Amino acid sequence: MSPQQSTPTRLHIVTGKGGTGKTTVAAALALALAAEGRRTLLIEVEGRQGIAQVFETGALPYEERKIAVAPGGGEVRALAIDPELALLDYLDMFYKLGRAGRALKKLGAIDFATTVAPGLRDVLLTGKACEAVRRKDNAGWRAYDAVVMDAPPTGRITRFLNVNDEVAGLARIGPIYNQAQAVMRVLKSTETAVHLVTLLEEMPVQETVDGVAELRAAGLPVGAVVVNMLRPVLLDDADLESAANGRRTAVAKALSQAGLGGARKGGQAERLVDPLLAQAHEHAQRVLLERRERAEIATLGLPTYELELRGEGVDLGGLYRLADSLRKQGMTGGES
Amino acid sequence: MGTSAGGTDMSLENPGDLESPVLAIDPLLDDPKTRIIVCCGSGGVGKTTTAAALGVRAAERGRKCVVLTIDPARRLAQSMGLSELDNTPRPVTDIDESAGGTLHAMMLDMKRTFDEVVLQHADPERARAILDNPFYQSLSAGFAGTQEYMAMEKLGQLRALDAWNLIIVDTPPSRSALDFLDAPQRLGSFLDGKFIKLLMAPAKVGGRAGMKFLNVGMSMMTGVLSKVMGAHLLGDVQTFIAAMDTMFGGFRKRADATYKLLQAPGTAFLVVAAPERDALREAAYFVERLAAERMPLAGLVLNRVHGSGAPQLTAERALAAAQALEEPRENLVDGGIVDREAGKADSVADGTDDGTDPKTPAEAADDMTIPPEQRLAAGLLRLHAERMRVVARERRTRDRFVSVHPEVPMVDVAALPGDVHDLDGLRSIGERLAGDHPAAA
Ligand SMILES: Nc1ncnc2c1ncn2[C@@H]1O[C@H](COP(=O)(O)OP(=O)(O)OP(=O)(O)O)[C@@H](O)[C@H]1O
Ligand SMILES: Nc1ncnc2c1ncn2[C@@H]1O[C@H](COP(=O)(O)OP(=O)(O)OP(=O)(O)O)[C@@H](O)[C@H]1O
Ligand SMILES: [Mg+2]
Ligand SMILES: [Mg+2]
Repeated sequence: MSPQQSTPTRLHIVTGKGGTGKTTVAAALALALAAEGRRTLLIEVEGRQGIAQVFETGALPYEERKIAVAPGGGEVRALAIDPELALLDYLDMFYKLGRAGRALKKLGAIDFATTVAPGLRDVLLTGKACEAVRRKDNAGWRAYDAVVMDAPPTGRITRFLNVNDEVAGLARIGPIYNQAQAVMRVLKSTETAVHLVTLLEEMPVQETVDGVAELRAAGLPVGAVVVNMLRPVLLDDADLESAANGRRTAVAKALSQAGLGGARKGGQAERLVDPLLAQAHEHAQRVLLERRERAEIATLGLPTYELELRGEGVDLGGLYRLADSLRKQGMTGGES
Repeated sequence: MGTSAGGTDMSLENPGDLESPVLAIDPLLDDPKTRIIVCCGSGGVGKTTTAAALGVRAAERGRKCVVLTIDPARRLAQSMGLSELDNTPRPVTDIDESAGGTLHAMMLDMKRTFDEVVLQHADPERARAILDNPFYQSLSAGFAGTQEYMAMEKLGQLRALDAWNLIIVDTPPSRSALDFLDAPQRLGSFLDGKFIKLLMAPAKVGGRAGMKFLNVGMSMMTGVLSKVMGAHLLGDVQTFIAAMDTMFGGFRKRADATYKLLQAPGTAFLVVAAPERDALREAAYFVERLAAERMPLAGLVLNRVHGSGAPQLTAERALAAAQALEEPRENLVDGGIVDREAGKADSVADGTDDGTDPKTPAEAADDMTIPPEQRLAAGLLRLHAERMRVVARERRTRDRFVSVHPEVPMVDVAALPGDVHDLDGLRSIGERLAGDHPAAA
């Protein structure tokens, strides 16, 4: 972990190339944090009901509600932000605009602001997340110890998080300006960490490296890299080497010994040798490729966590396993 | 089916192997009536790779072809000579042009395409006003669906140039499958929206008697808006929209024209999918949506399919044999962990399950009592077992799609062990797309 980390992270923003497992990792991280007894809120901003899917429940309404219980009794609450409702909320909060808000909606202004002008939409989404991070109850206790956001993909993340800077620049003064500044303060604080999910493949790793550079250039706090869907390495270096040297006869004998048929030319075991060696060769190539990508990730100098590929996909049970794994690897910071 | 996935010994898992019509790529590429091929599909499935591979193959079979790619992997872009983003097609060198074909390729630059549209549709003065407007600058790159819209815009431009007889289009990694179809319409309906009219021309609205109510509402609204947005920002927005006003008609017309182009008989859609649950679910949605929009679907490319050269050896037998080999001989007496069904092996003693997990390969490897060739064979068998599980899983996922859409022609493209980042890689994908036929026409 970075040396200046005196405050624990309270806002975890999970990004990554499309399809690498952002939603899955965000959900697992939320579960892991809750398992440490932290009151945790999991936020979704893309309006795709991804959280409902990973937790195998029906569509979530725009309200914070309990979605899972972590081992040890902690709970995860979830919120799927609906940008339209968030805008009305926001207008209401700042301007008490009950009726005028509805009029705006009739005119399509809300549509305009939330779908066509993503900048404004992003202001609302980041604003809502920061509001949850800062929220306190009447007695002055924080509503949440940790907020995890299933964020937009790497290609859009810097722009998404920095939108408030842009807005502040456009608005220059006034309430929008003030709100934008307040959100940027949270996002750039040491309480926030942007995590990047990747696979050990060229494009996701390249996007991760580029994304980290962009985030750093924008002064946004980068957290960790999560390498997802790691496939098991089934042959070690020595094996791969002897496979590469094609020790056909010895392999045929061993296969035959294991009861897979005759080792002579044309025998059942013998006929397995070529295809099995071909598979080993492919495996070796993949291992090599993965090693290269891993080295690339290592140059970033970030804490790195790994999650295995779960063969049949991630069901609810699998999600708890992934959460457990993140926790054991120390991603929740429980070890400090 | 084209490639290796169709093993013989899969019958246990798949009683009635489902087959679909074969998607014949070469006839599609060779048919001079094919003018546009659109590769669509969910994120990361191989749209860009497929589009590029089709381009190379089409060119080497004699077509004058241009490929419009969107965010290609860096090394792939370099291999096609696309090191800079200048938004115009560049010739790809090292293509075999002996059949009379050529290949150009380009990477889409969204912002630049948007600027070009503005320049083309507005008079110079207005165009400047738009391009300089801070609101335009911060939003033109981020309008919802901009990338999709601009991809379609660029397609229209390329088609109008008429310099190629085959255009292959990659599509952005849309979050909802067919954003590129919806984007033009969404932009159009936004531009026609009441709110825009209101922002643009308050005076016009007040003119008619029936609009009185709206007028009152409107002045309240403008008040609210300038309070919310700041008078300054509202001013910028108004200028922006007023400036865009002249172009709206043009946008609309172009969007309609592109839409018609996509429905035309010379267009073929290829849906690309990976043999995974989510990707194939999306693919099914694409197929249905394309039908609803009367867009011509050529078929489904199932990309990154795994196969095995030894399908006769099941995962279970391979694992059992691996365990037998990893059993150090002197330990066999006090309880092997080998499945009895694999008991044909002469080395297997009477074993009872002692409840421990089977050894991991690493543990087994540490065990020096196992001869190296046995250890290697065991590793190969474990690898094979893993592969067979993947093959079976992919097959199940694929069958689910086929039972819902048995009419959709399909071709499997095997997963290459590395990624695809040069022309040779693209050629080899091309061969697989064409059902393992060599490139020549
Ligand atoms: N460790 C894993 N093992 C196996 N499958 C996984 C793993 N992590 C994620 N998946 C699967 O991969 C798919 C994509 O994951 P997920 O939806 O979390 O990705 P995402 O990055 O949020 O995607 P999108 O960009 O579409 O939002 C899902 O089907 C998910 O179940
Ligand atoms: N058949 C294949 N075998 C091996 N690797 C492949 C194959 N097809 C594609 N790839 C690799 O998979 C990665 C993703 O492919 P590609 O970029 O074509 O997907 P895409 O659908 O265009 O992704 P995006 O949605 O992000 O645009 C690339 O690294 C590519 O080299
Ligand atoms: Mg997601
Ligand atoms: Mg692509």
